[in-house]
Amino acid sequence: MTAVYTKRFDNRKFDELRPMEAKVGVIKRADGSAMFKIGKTVALAAVYGPRALHPTFMRNPEKGILRCNYNMMAFAGSGDRVRPGPSRRSKEISLVTEKSLESVLDLSEFPNTVIDVFIELIQTDAGTRCAGITAAIMAMADAGLIIKDMISAVSVGVVGNKVVLDLSKEEEDYEGGAVDIPIAMTNKDGKITLLQLDGIIKKEQLYEALELAKASTQKIHEVQKKALLEKFMKNGI
Amino acid sequence: MGLLVEEKKIVIPGEELAAGIDYLPALGTYREEDKIYSSQLGMVNVSGRLIKVISLSGRYIPKIGDTVIGKIANIGFNGWMIDIGYAYEAALSLKEATSDFIERGSDLTKYFDFGEIIVANVINVTKSKMIDLSMKGPGLRKLKGGKLMEVTSSKVPRVIGKQGSMISLIKNATNCKIIVGQNGLIWISGEDPDKEMIAASAILKIEQEAHVSGLTDKISAFLQQEAQNDSSLH
Repeated sequence: MTAVYTKRFDNRKFDELRPMEAKVGVIKRADGSAMFKIGKTVALAAVYGPRALHPTFMRNPEKGILRCNYNMMAFAGSGDRVRPGPSRRSKEISLVTEKSLESVLDLSEFPNTVIDVFIELIQTDAGTRCAGITAAIMAMADAGLIIKDMISAVSVGVVGNKVVLDLSKEEEDYEGGAVDIPIAMTNKDGKITLLQLDGIIKKEQLYEALELAKASTQKIHEVQKKALLEKFMKNGI
Repeated sequence: MGLLVEEKKIVIPGEELAAGIDYLPALGTYREEDKIYSSQLGMVNVSGRLIKVISLSGRYIPKIGDTVIGKIANIGFNGWMIDIGYAYEAALSLKEATSDFIERGSDLTKYFDFGEIIVANVINVTKSKMIDLSMKGPGLRKLKGGKLMEVTSSKVPRVIGKQGSMISLIKNATNCKIIVGQNGLIWISGEDPDKEMIAASAILKIEQEAHVSGLTDKISAFLQQEAQNDSSLH
């Protein structure tokens, strides 16, 4: 990790997010839905439920369960066709997304049922699981579920020798070495609900990266909030 | 200290609503230490010391006492299963369905057949959300003919209005019989199909603009205009 990285590929500052866009209620037949776009990464999330759970042995008479499905569409990658459907990677991301979202959700009102969250990536350029979580929590709020706190997710990392925010695909593949840390944080308490680390990083740099993530999730939260309010404001109050 | 948001403001989950112990958290909110936060996307409602967040979206959650409209989904040996738009079907037992004497093993389709629409009351919701319905009560019956439409269940209170002001406005303007189920299903029956359509579009308008204030006047104007258009066509 000695290579010098002085300027980002897309001329951003090292602590600058890619341009974001969010919209709520994009899928009409879903109980709740949202779109979140960060740079070239576009995630769609749809929430269905509470609905009947099959297979029945998975039912929990104490509270409802959350089921997430992360999927990259065939044309979503930046090169070859992505094979959609469950894979080692997409199953892992589905699981960590589920655990991340579950921590703020109260499903005790819906025993024996399931909440299905489908996250589809229609275009990707790194940071897909973060965009997925950010879209999913908006869709869940739109579905009228009981959520203690909003979650915003972003990836931070080290490219070459620099701590950077919101890595792009080019930076992830940087030949001088790159570390990618996707982080999801609650807004109110700043609690971490997802943290994965791929690579080797110094302790000081990790702390620096975490601080960076904390500050930027606030900015993402503002975008989420605006999108959620917009859905109900468009008819004018 | 005190209230941090205005009445009727739309809040998102996790938003701080009040500080201090002057207020109490009700539906859609929770307390953490000395602060009250929202736990749902919805509209703030303050009544006395209670802070409530009224949900603007989401599925129907049954409550005891709700009048619902449902469809016969299944027939068993001792009753019917009714689809009321919740995750699981609600049970309507023989005893609660009719006061007639029904002989053991007789054909239950004579009373309610598959796919028929009924209006019933929720009499019990168990802890695991098993729902019992009853058809004993005024106005509870099988619905024949008419049209069925669906709105988001959280917007039903706006469709009905204060003491039924909104729904009686539509009923009077269109001469239609209208039954509104708490689960969001609405049955409309009128002599004139055009009038039925006017009633349906008025209800759709309410659903779209449920959070706008002064809605009753708006709908009243809308109905008058529709009535004019209707008479000019004939």
